[in-house]
Amino acid sequence: MNNELLRTPLHGLHVSNGGKMVPFAGYDMPLQYAPGILAEHNHTREHAGLFDVSHMGQVRIIPRNGNIEEAAKAFETLVPVDIVGLKQGRQRYALFTNENGGILDDLMVSNFGDWLYVVVNAACKTEDIERMRNALAASCIVEPLESRALLAVQGPEAAQVMARLLPETEEMRFMDARIMSLGGAEIFISRSGYTGEDGFEISIESIDAERLATLLMEQPEIKLIGLGARDSLRLEAGLCLYGSDLDTTTTPVEGALEWAMQKSRRAGGSRAGGFPGADIILEQLANGASRRRVGLKAEGRAPVRGGAPLFSSADSDSQIGTVTSGAFGPTIEGPVAMGYVTTDLAAPGTPLFAELRGKRVPVTVVPMPVVPSRFRR
Amino acid sequence: MTTYYTREHEWLRIEGDIAVVGITAHAAEELGELVFVEVKDAGTTLSQGDSAAVVESVKAASDIYAPVDGEIVESNTALGDDPALISNEPEGKGWIFRMRLSNPAQLDSLLDAEAYAALLA
Repeated sequence: MNNELLRTPLHGLHVSNGGKMVPFAGYDMPLQYAPGILAEHNHTREHAGLFDVSHMGQVRIIPRNGNIEEAAKAFETLVPVDIVGLKQGRQRYALFTNENGGILDDLMVSNFGDWLYVVVNAACKTEDIERMRNALAASCIVEPLESRALLAVQGPEAAQVMARLLPETEEMRFMDARIMSLGGAEIFISRSGYTGEDGFEISIESIDAERLATLLMEQPEIKLIGLGARDSLRLEAGLCLYGSDLDTTTTPVEGALEWAMQKSRRAGGSRAGGFPGADIILEQLANGASRRRVGLKAEGRAPVRGGAPLFSSADSDSQIGTVTSGAFGPTIEGPVAMGYVTTDLAAPGTPLFAELRGKRVPVTVVPMPVVPSRFRR
Repeated sequence: MTTYYTREHEWLRIEGDIAVVGITAHAAEELGELVFVEVKDAGTTLSQGDSAAVVESVKAASDIYAPVDGEIVESNTALGDDPALISNEPEGKGWIFRMRLSNPAQLDSLLDAEAYAALLA
Protein backbone atom coordinates (compact mmCIF):
# COMPACT_ATOMS: atom_id res chain seq x y z
CA MET A 1 0.00 0.00 0.00
CA ASN A 2 2.96 2.26 0.63
CA ASN A 3 4.88 1.44 -2.52
CA GLU A 4 3.96 4.77 -4.10
CA LEU A 5 5.51 6.64 -1.18
CA LEU A 6 8.96 8.15 -1.54
CA ARG A 7 11.74 7.26 0.85
CA THR A 8 14.49 9.38 2.30
CA PRO A 9 18.07 8.07 2.32
CA LEU A 10 17.55 7.24 6.02
CA HIS A 11 14.43 5.11 5.46
CA GLY A 12 16.27 1.87 6.22
CA LEU A 13 17.67 3.37 9.41
CA HIS A 14 14.18 4.38 10.56
CA VAL A 15 12.80 0.93 9.94
CA SER A 16 15.72 -0.87 11.58
CA ASN A 17 15.30 1.40 14.61
CA GLY A 18 11.65 0.46 15.00
CA GLY A 19 10.19 3.57 13.45
CA LYS A 20 6.42 3.54 13.13
CA MET A 21 6.21 4.62 9.51
CA VAL A 22 3.39 6.83 8.22
CA PRO A 23 2.75 8.73 4.99
CA PHE A 24 3.75 12.39 5.23
CA ALA A 25 3.94 14.76 2.27
CA GLY A 26 4.32 11.82 -0.08
CA TYR A 27 7.09 10.20 1.95
CA ASP A 28 7.12 7.16 4.18
CA MET A 29 8.30 8.83 7.39
CA PRO A 30 8.75 7.83 11.03
CA LEU A 31 5.95 9.12 13.26
CA GLN A 32 7.76 7.80 16.32
CA TYR A 33 10.10 5.12 17.55
CA ALA A 34 9.73 2.71 20.48
CA PRO A 35 10.11 5.34 23.24
CA GLY A 36 7.03 7.17 21.93
CA ILE A 37 6.19 10.80 21.23
CA LEU A 38 6.21 11.97 24.87
CA ALA A 39 9.60 10.48 25.63
CA GLU A 40 11.06 11.68 22.32
CA HIS A 41 9.75 15.19 22.90
CA ASN A 42 11.17 15.32 26.42
CA HIS A 43 14.50 13.87 25.32
CA THR A 44 14.85 16.66 22.76
CA ARG A 45 14.05 19.35 25.35
CA GLU A 46 16.47 17.82 27.88
CA HIS A 47 19.28 16.39 25.76
CA ALA A 48 19.38 16.23 21.97
CA GLY A 49 17.34 14.65 19.22
CA LEU A 50 18.20 13.62 15.68
CA PHE A 51 15.51 14.29 13.06
CA ASP A 52 15.46 13.19 9.44
CA VAL A 53 14.09 16.10 7.43
CA SER A 54 15.41 14.87 4.10
CA HIS A 55 11.93 15.04 2.62
CA MET A 56 12.27 18.82 2.51
CA GLY A 57 13.32 20.42 -0.74
CA GLN A 58 16.87 21.76 -1.01
CA VAL A 59 17.70 24.09 -3.87
CA ARG A 60 20.83 25.89 -5.02
CA ILE A 61 20.36 29.22 -6.77
CA ILE A 62 23.36 30.33 -8.77
CA PRO A 63 23.52 33.79 -10.35
CA ARG A 64 24.43 33.45 -14.03
CA ASN A 65 26.78 36.42 -13.88
CA GLY A 66 28.43 35.22 -10.65
CA ASN A 67 27.11 38.19 -8.70
CA ILE A 68 25.17 37.09 -5.63
CA GLU A 69 23.33 40.39 -5.51
CA GLU A 70 21.73 39.52 -8.85
CA ALA A 71 20.37 36.31 -7.35
CA ALA A 72 19.26 38.09 -4.18
CA LYS A 73 17.47 40.83 -6.15
CA ALA A 74 15.74 38.29 -8.33
CA PHE A 75 14.73 36.23 -5.32
CA GLU A 76 13.20 39.30 -3.70
CA THR A 77 10.56 39.33 -6.45
CA LEU A 78 9.14 36.19 -4.80
CA VAL A 79 9.35 37.03 -1.09
CA PRO A 80 8.53 40.06 1.12
CA VAL A 81 11.91 39.52 2.76
CA ASP A 82 15.27 41.28 2.62
CA ILE A 83 17.51 38.87 0.72
CA VAL A 84 19.91 41.50 -0.67
CA GLY A 85 20.83 42.40 2.90
CA LEU A 86 21.37 38.79 3.93
CA LYS A 87 25.07 38.57 4.63
CA GLN A 88 27.30 35.73 3.55
CA GLY A 89 27.13 32.92 6.08
CA ARG A 90 23.70 33.92 7.35
CA GLN A 91 20.31 32.27 7.04
CA ARG A 92 16.86 33.85 7.12
CA TYR A 93 13.22 32.73 7.29
CA ALA A 94 11.15 33.74 4.25
CA LEU A 95 7.73 33.33 2.65
CA PHE A 96 6.64 32.84 -0.93
CA THR A 97 3.51 34.94 -1.44
CA ASN A 98 0.87 35.02 -4.14
CA GLU A 99 -0.93 37.92 -5.85
CA ASN A 100 -3.55 37.97 -3.09
CA GLY A 101 -0.95 38.24 -0.37
CA GLY A 102 -1.51 34.59 0.59
CA ILE A 103 1.40 32.37 1.58
CA LEU A 104 2.49 29.71 -0.93
CA ASP A 105 5.17 28.24 1.33
CA ASP A 106 7.57 29.15 4.09
CA LEU A 107 11.25 28.53 3.61
CA MET A 108 14.81 29.20 4.75
CA VAL A 109 17.33 31.08 2.63
CA SER A 110 21.09 31.08 3.22
CA ASN A 111 23.77 33.15 1.55
CA PHE A 112 26.79 30.97 0.75
CA GLY A 113 28.80 33.73 -0.92
CA ASP A 114 28.30 32.95 -4.58
CA TRP A 115 24.97 31.12 -4.36
CA LEU A 116 21.79 31.02 -2.32
CA TYR A 117 20.77 27.85 -0.51
CA VAL A 118 17.01 27.44 -0.13
CA VAL A 119 15.10 24.86 1.93
CA VAL A 120 11.36 24.51 1.27
CA ASN A 121 8.59 22.26 2.55
CA ALA A 122 8.28 18.76 1.14
CA ALA A 123 4.63 19.12 0.15
CA CYS A 124 5.34 22.31 -1.82
CA LYS A 125 8.71 21.60 -3.33
CA THR A 126 7.62 20.76 -6.87
CA GLU A 127 5.60 23.98 -7.18
CA ASP A 128 8.30 25.99 -5.40
CA ILE A 129 11.00 24.82 -7.78
CA GLU A 130 8.82 25.56 -10.79
CA ARG A 131 8.02 29.00 -9.37
CA MET A 132 11.69 29.78 -8.78
CA ARG A 133 12.64 28.51 -12.24
CA ASN A 134 9.98 30.67 -13.87
CA ALA A 135 10.81 33.80 -11.94
CA LEU A 136 14.59 33.52 -11.83
CA ALA A 137 15.38 31.94 -15.20
CA ALA A 138 16.83 35.09 -16.71
CA SER A 139 19.37 35.69 -13.98
CA CYS A 140 19.89 32.41 -12.16
CA ILE A 141 20.28 28.69 -12.47
CA VAL A 142 17.83 26.95 -10.15
CA GLU A 143 19.26 23.58 -9.21
CA PRO A 144 17.27 21.19 -7.01
CA LEU A 145 19.69 19.33 -4.75
CA GLU A 146 17.84 16.06 -5.05
CA SER A 147 20.77 13.95 -4.02
CA ARG A 148 21.15 15.56 -0.61
CA ALA A 149 19.74 14.48 2.74
CA LEU A 150 18.93 16.89 5.58
CA LEU A 151 19.40 16.02 9.23
CA ALA A 152 18.52 18.16 12.25
CA VAL A 153 20.22 17.88 15.63
CA GLN A 154 18.13 19.75 18.18
CA GLY A 155 18.26 20.25 21.91
CA PRO A 156 20.32 21.87 24.68
CA GLU A 157 23.09 19.29 24.22
CA ALA A 158 23.21 19.60 20.43
CA ALA A 159 26.05 22.13 20.61
CA GLN A 160 28.33 19.92 22.69
CA VAL A 161 27.73 17.02 20.31
CA MET A 162 28.56 19.10 17.27
CA ALA A 163 31.58 20.67 18.98
CA ARG A 164 32.92 17.16 19.60
CA LEU A 165 32.47 16.13 15.96
CA LEU A 166 33.21 19.46 14.33
CA PRO A 167 34.90 22.05 16.59
CA GLU A 168 34.35 24.89 14.05
CA THR A 169 30.64 24.79 14.87
CA GLU A 170 31.34 26.30 18.30
CA GLU A 171 31.70 29.77 16.85
CA MET A 172 28.37 29.61 15.01
CA ARG A 173 25.47 31.68 16.32
CA PHE A 174 21.74 31.23 15.70
CA MET A 175 21.00 31.44 11.95
CA ASP A 176 24.65 31.23 10.91
CA ALA A 177 25.15 28.96 7.90
CA ARG A 178 28.47 27.46 6.79
CA ILE A 179 29.90 24.99 4.33
CA MET A 180 32.19 22.60 6.16
CA SER A 181 33.80 19.22 5.72
CA LEU A 182 32.85 16.34 8.00
CA GLY A 183 34.58 13.00 7.56
CA GLY A 184 35.45 13.93 4.00
CA ALA A 185 31.89 14.93 3.10
CA GLU A 186 30.92 18.48 2.22
CA ILE A 187 28.12 19.62 4.49
CA PHE A 188 25.94 22.73 4.58
CA ILE A 189 25.33 23.40 8.24
CA SER A 190 23.16 26.03 9.88
CA ARG A 191 22.59 26.78 13.54
CA SER A 192 18.82 26.62 13.36
CA GLY A 193 15.92 24.24 13.50
CA TYR A 194 12.25 23.97 14.22
CA THR A 195 11.94 22.89 17.83
CA GLY A 196 12.61 26.11 19.75
CA GLU A 197 15.85 24.58 20.98
CA ASP A 198 19.42 25.37 20.06
CA GLY A 199 20.57 23.07 17.30
CA PHE A 200 21.83 22.51 13.82
CA GLU A 201 20.55 21.42 10.43
CA ILE A 202 23.03 19.52 8.31
CA SER A 203 22.75 18.93 4.58
CA ILE A 204 24.86 16.08 3.23
CA GLU A 205 25.02 13.95 0.10
CA SER A 206 22.55 11.06 0.43
CA ILE A 207 25.28 8.50 0.03
CA ASP A 208 26.93 9.81 3.23
CA ALA A 209 23.71 10.40 5.19
CA GLU A 210 23.40 7.09 6.97
CA ARG A 211 27.05 7.21 8.03
CA LEU A 212 26.51 10.67 9.53
CA ALA A 213 23.24 9.64 11.18
CA THR A 214 24.91 6.60 12.70
CA LEU A 215 27.80 8.70 13.97
CA LEU A 216 25.35 11.14 15.55
CA MET A 217 23.31 8.32 17.10
CA GLU A 218 26.47 6.96 18.69
CA GLN A 219 26.79 10.16 20.71
CA PRO A 220 25.38 9.55 24.19
CA GLU A 221 23.23 12.71 24.17
CA ILE A 222 21.33 11.80 21.01
CA LYS A 223 18.23 9.78 20.31
CA LEU A 224 16.34 9.40 17.05
CA ILE A 225 13.12 11.47 17.06
CA GLY A 226 10.05 11.10 14.85
CA LEU A 227 7.60 13.52 13.25
CA GLY A 228 5.13 13.27 16.15
CA ALA A 229 7.52 14.89 18.58
CA ARG A 230 8.68 17.31 15.90
CA ASP A 231 5.09 18.56 15.73
CA SER A 232 4.60 18.97 19.49
CA LEU A 233 8.03 20.64 19.79
CA ARG A 234 7.32 23.18 17.04
CA LEU A 235 3.85 23.89 18.46
CA GLU A 236 5.25 24.69 21.90
CA ALA A 237 7.85 26.83 20.13
CA GLY A 238 5.08 28.80 18.36
CA LEU A 239 6.34 27.82 14.91
CA CYS A 240 3.93 27.44 12.01
CA LEU A 241 3.26 24.26 10.08
CA TYR A 242 2.66 25.19 6.45
CA GLY A 243 -0.62 23.72 5.22
CA SER A 244 -2.15 23.96 8.71
CA ASP A 245 -1.25 27.32 10.22
CA LEU A 246 -0.28 29.05 6.99
CA ASP A 247 -1.67 28.59 3.51
CA THR A 248 -2.72 30.51 0.43
CA THR A 249 -5.66 32.05 2.33
CA THR A 250 -3.47 33.53 5.10
CA THR A 251 -1.29 36.57 4.62
CA PRO A 252 1.99 37.22 6.48
CA VAL A 253 0.25 39.91 8.57
CA GLU A 254 -2.65 37.62 9.46
CA GLY A 255 -0.07 34.96 10.25
CA ALA A 256 1.68 37.31 12.74
CA LEU A 257 4.85 37.03 10.67
CA GLU A 258 5.59 40.77 10.41
CA TRP A 259 8.98 40.05 11.99
CA ALA A 260 9.93 38.14 8.83
CA MET A 261 9.44 41.26 6.66
CA GLN A 262 12.38 43.60 7.07
CA LYS A 263 12.16 47.40 6.76
CA SER A 264 13.78 47.49 3.35
CA ARG A 265 10.78 45.71 1.82
CA ARG A 266 8.13 47.74 3.61
CA ALA A 267 6.61 51.09 2.65
CA GLY A 268 9.38 53.69 2.71
CA GLY A 269 12.09 51.02 2.54
CA SER A 270 14.89 51.05 -0.03
CA ARG A 271 13.31 48.15 -1.94
CA ALA A 272 9.70 48.50 -0.80
CA GLY A 273 7.20 46.13 -2.38
CA GLY A 274 8.05 44.31 -5.57
CA PHE A 275 6.84 40.92 -4.33
CA PRO A 276 3.57 39.14 -5.16
CA GLY A 277 0.65 40.59 -3.25
CA ALA A 278 2.67 43.60 -2.11
CA ASP A 279 -0.26 46.01 -2.32
CA ILE A 280 -2.35 43.87 0.03
CA ILE A 281 0.47 42.97 2.40
CA LEU A 282 1.78 46.56 2.67
CA GLU A 283 -1.74 47.81 3.26
CA GLN A 284 -2.17 45.25 6.05
CA LEU A 285 1.20 46.18 7.53
CA ALA A 286 -0.03 49.77 7.74
CA ASN A 287 -3.60 49.17 8.90
CA GLY A 288 -3.65 45.66 10.31
CA ALA A 289 -5.65 42.67 9.14
CA SER A 290 -9.08 41.55 10.29
CA ARG A 291 -7.82 38.31 11.81
CA ARG A 292 -4.61 37.17 13.40
CA ARG A 293 -2.76 34.01 14.33
CA VAL A 294 -2.50 33.58 18.09
CA GLY A 295 -1.30 31.03 20.62
CA LEU A 296 -3.99 29.30 22.66
CA LYS A 297 -3.81 27.51 25.96
CA ALA A 298 -6.75 25.43 27.14
CA GLU A 299 -7.78 24.66 30.68
CA GLY A 300 -7.67 21.02 31.68
CA ARG A 301 -5.88 18.33 29.74
CA ALA A 302 -8.08 17.84 26.68
CA PRO A 303 -6.03 18.66 23.57
CA VAL A 304 -7.65 21.31 21.38
CA ARG A 305 -6.80 20.32 17.83
CA GLY A 306 -6.84 21.80 14.36
CA GLY A 307 -10.33 22.48 13.04
CA ALA A 308 -11.93 23.28 16.41
CA PRO A 309 -14.14 26.38 16.09
CA LEU A 310 -13.53 29.28 18.48
CA PHE A 311 -16.15 31.46 20.16
CA SER A 312 -16.00 34.57 22.33
CA SER A 313 -18.28 33.14 25.00
CA ALA A 314 -19.71 29.88 26.27
CA ASP A 315 -23.04 30.43 24.50
CA SER A 316 -22.28 32.68 21.53
CA ASP A 317 -23.47 31.42 18.15
CA SER A 318 -21.05 33.39 16.04
CA GLN A 319 -17.72 31.77 15.43
CA ILE A 320 -14.78 34.20 15.84
CA GLY A 321 -12.00 31.93 14.72
CA THR A 322 -10.63 28.44 14.17
CA VAL A 323 -7.83 26.40 15.68
CA THR A 324 -5.32 25.52 12.96
CA SER A 325 -3.12 23.13 14.89
CA GLY A 326 -3.02 21.78 18.39
CA ALA A 327 -1.70 18.92 20.45
CA PHE A 328 -0.85 17.95 23.98
CA GLY A 329 2.35 19.79 24.87
CA PRO A 330 4.55 17.43 26.85
CA THR A 331 6.78 20.22 28.20
CA ILE A 332 3.90 22.37 29.44
CA GLU A 333 2.01 19.18 30.36
CA GLY A 334 -1.15 20.51 28.82
CA PRO A 335 -2.85 21.40 25.59
CA VAL A 336 -1.09 23.82 23.24
CA ALA A 337 -2.64 25.20 20.10
CA MET A 338 -2.59 28.02 17.61
CA GLY A 339 -5.30 29.41 15.47
CA TYR A 340 -6.81 32.48 13.84
CA VAL A 341 -9.16 34.86 15.65
CA THR A 342 -10.66 38.22 14.79
CA THR A 343 -8.06 40.86 15.58
CA ASP A 344 -10.09 42.49 18.36
CA LEU A 345 -9.86 39.20 20.26
CA ALA A 346 -6.18 38.55 19.56
CA ALA A 347 -4.63 40.22 22.61
CA PRO A 348 -2.85 37.89 25.04
CA GLY A 349 -5.09 37.14 27.99
CA THR A 350 -8.30 37.24 25.99
CA PRO A 351 -10.61 34.46 27.23
CA LEU A 352 -12.21 32.42 24.45
CA PHE A 353 -13.95 29.09 24.05
CA ALA A 354 -13.09 26.21 21.75
CA GLU A 355 -15.76 23.72 20.78
CA LEU A 356 -14.69 20.14 21.41
CA ARG A 357 -17.13 17.32 20.74
CA GLY A 358 -20.05 19.68 21.18
CA LYS A 359 -18.76 21.20 24.43
CA ARG A 360 -17.27 24.65 24.95
CA VAL A 361 -13.85 24.47 26.57
CA PRO A 362 -12.29 27.67 27.99
CA VAL A 363 -9.09 28.72 26.21
CA THR A 364 -6.91 31.79 26.65
CA VAL A 365 -4.95 33.70 24.04
CA VAL A 366 -1.31 33.43 25.07
CA PRO A 367 1.93 34.89 23.73
CA MET A 368 4.00 32.50 21.64
CA PRO A 369 6.17 30.58 22.18
CA VAL A 370 4.59 28.89 25.20
CA VAL A 371 7.95 27.25 25.89
CA PRO A 372 10.72 29.88 25.80
CA SER A 373 13.09 29.37 22.89
CA ARG A 374 16.70 28.65 23.71
CA PHE A 375 18.46 29.73 20.56
CA ARG A 376 22.13 30.72 20.86
CA ARG A 377 21.88 34.32 19.70
CA MET B 1 -16.29 -13.87 35.01
CA THR B 2 -16.53 -13.74 31.25
CA THR B 3 -14.48 -11.44 29.07
CA TYR B 4 -15.52 -10.62 25.53
CA TYR B 5 -13.63 -8.77 22.81
CA THR B 6 -14.68 -6.68 19.84
CA ARG B 7 -13.25 -6.26 16.37
CA GLU B 8 -12.64 -2.64 17.38
CA HIS B 9 -10.08 -3.90 19.93
CA GLU B 10 -12.12 -3.35 23.06
CA TRP B 11 -12.67 -5.81 25.88
CA LEU B 12 -15.73 -6.19 28.16
CA ARG B 13 -15.69 -7.99 31.44
CA ILE B 14 -19.20 -9.02 32.46
CA GLU B 15 -20.14 -8.58 36.11
CA GLY B 16 -23.84 -9.40 36.38
CA ASP B 17 -25.69 -6.86 34.21
CA ILE B 18 -22.67 -4.57 34.13
CA ALA B 19 -19.87 -4.61 31.57
CA VAL B 20 -16.49 -3.15 32.44
CA VAL B 21 -15.02 -1.83 29.18
CA GLY B 22 -11.48 -1.05 28.16
CA ILE B 23 -9.18 -1.33 25.17
CA THR B 24 -6.96 -4.30 24.46
CA ALA B 25 -3.18 -4.36 24.86
CA HIS B 26 -2.98 -4.38 21.07
CA ALA B 27 -5.06 -1.18 20.81
CA ALA B 28 -3.09 0.48 23.61
CA GLU B 29 0.12 -0.33 21.79
CA GLU B 30 -1.23 1.11 18.54
CA LEU B 31 -2.49 4.33 20.15
CA GLY B 32 0.75 5.08 21.97
CA GLU B 33 0.95 7.05 25.19
CA LEU B 34 -2.36 8.59 26.10
CA VAL B 35 -2.61 12.06 27.59
CA PHE B 36 -6.36 12.52 27.99
CA VAL B 37 -9.47 10.42 28.37
CA GLU B 38 -13.06 11.64 28.33
CA VAL B 39 -16.05 9.36 28.92
CA LYS B 40 -19.68 10.28 28.22
CA ASP B 41 -21.50 11.30 31.39
CA ALA B 42 -22.96 8.63 33.65
CA GLY B 43 -26.58 8.12 32.68
CA THR B 44 -25.91 8.45 28.96
CA THR B 45 -27.73 5.79 26.99
CA LEU B 46 -25.81 4.41 24.06
CA SER B 47 -26.45 2.03 21.22
CA GLN B 48 -23.85 -0.42 20.05
CA GLY B 49 -21.31 1.51 17.97
CA ASP B 50 -22.01 4.95 19.47
CA SER B 51 -19.01 6.90 20.70
CA ALA B 52 -18.73 6.23 24.44
CA ALA B 53 -15.38 7.83 25.15
CA VAL B 54 -12.48 9.60 23.52
CA VAL B 55 -8.86 8.80 24.22
CA GLU B 56 -6.18 11.18 23.06
CA SER B 57 -2.49 10.74 22.43
CA VAL B 58 -0.15 13.69 21.84
CA LYS B 59 -0.94 13.43 18.17
CA ALA B 60 -4.53 12.25 17.73
CA ALA B 61 -7.94 11.62 19.23
CA SER B 62 -9.62 8.21 18.93
CA ASP B 63 -13.19 7.22 19.70
CA ILE B 64 -14.00 4.30 21.96
CA TYR B 65 -17.34 2.82 20.89
CA ALA B 66 -20.06 1.28 22.99
CA PRO B 67 -19.51 -2.44 22.34
CA VAL B 68 -23.18 -3.19 23.11
CA ASP B 69 -26.35 -1.24 23.92
CA GLY B 70 -26.54 0.16 27.44
CA GLU B 71 -26.13 3.03 29.84
CA ILE B 72 -22.87 4.46 31.13
CA VAL B 73 -22.86 4.02 34.91
CA GLU B 74 -19.31 4.99 35.82
CA SER B 75 -16.05 6.15 34.32
CA ASN B 76 -12.60 5.34 35.66
CA THR B 77 -11.73 8.56 37.50
CA ALA B 78 -8.14 7.42 38.02
CA LEU B 79 -7.56 8.05 34.30
CA GLY B 80 -8.12 11.79 34.81
CA ASP B 81 -4.81 12.12 36.62
CA ASP B 82 -3.06 9.27 34.92
CA PRO B 83 -4.32 8.47 31.42
CA ALA B 84 -1.14 6.42 30.91
CA LEU B 85 -2.81 3.72 33.03
CA ILE B 86 -4.50 2.66 29.81
CA SER B 87 -1.16 2.22 28.10
CA ASN B 88 0.42 0.51 31.10
CA GLU B 89 -2.40 -1.76 32.26
CA PRO B 90 -4.95 -1.73 29.44
CA GLU B 91 -6.83 -4.78 30.63
CA GLY B 92 -6.53 -4.01 34.35
CA LYS B 93 -6.37 -0.64 36.12
CA GLY B 94 -6.72 1.02 32.75
CA TRP B 95 -10.40 0.12 32.34
CA ILE B 96 -12.32 3.06 30.89
CA PHE B 97 -16.01 2.83 31.81
CA ARG B 98 -18.74 0.57 33.17
CA MET B 99 -22.05 0.25 31.39
CA ARG B 100 -25.33 -1.43 32.30
CA LEU B 101 -26.32 -3.83 29.54
CA SER B 102 -29.74 -3.32 28.01
CA ASN B 103 -29.48 -6.06 25.40
CA PRO B 104 -27.27 -8.88 26.76
CA ALA B 105 -28.08 -11.01 23.72
CA GLN B 106 -25.63 -8.81 21.79
CA LEU B 107 -22.79 -10.43 23.73
CA ASP B 108 -23.23 -13.54 21.62
CA SER B 109 -21.97 -11.69 18.56
CA LEU B 110 -18.73 -10.61 20.27
CA LEU B 111 -15.44 -12.49 20.25
CA ASP B 112 -13.99 -14.69 22.96
CA ALA B 113 -10.28 -14.52 23.84
CA GLU B 114 -9.41 -17.21 21.35
CA ALA B 115 -11.29 -15.59 18.48
CA TYR B 116 -9.76 -12.21 19.31
CA ALA B 117 -6.26 -13.71 19.34
CA ALA B 118 -7.03 -15.21 15.94
CA LEU B 119 -8.12 -11.77 14.69
CA LEU B 120 -4.73 -10.35 15.65
CA ALA B 121 -2.78 -13.23 14.17
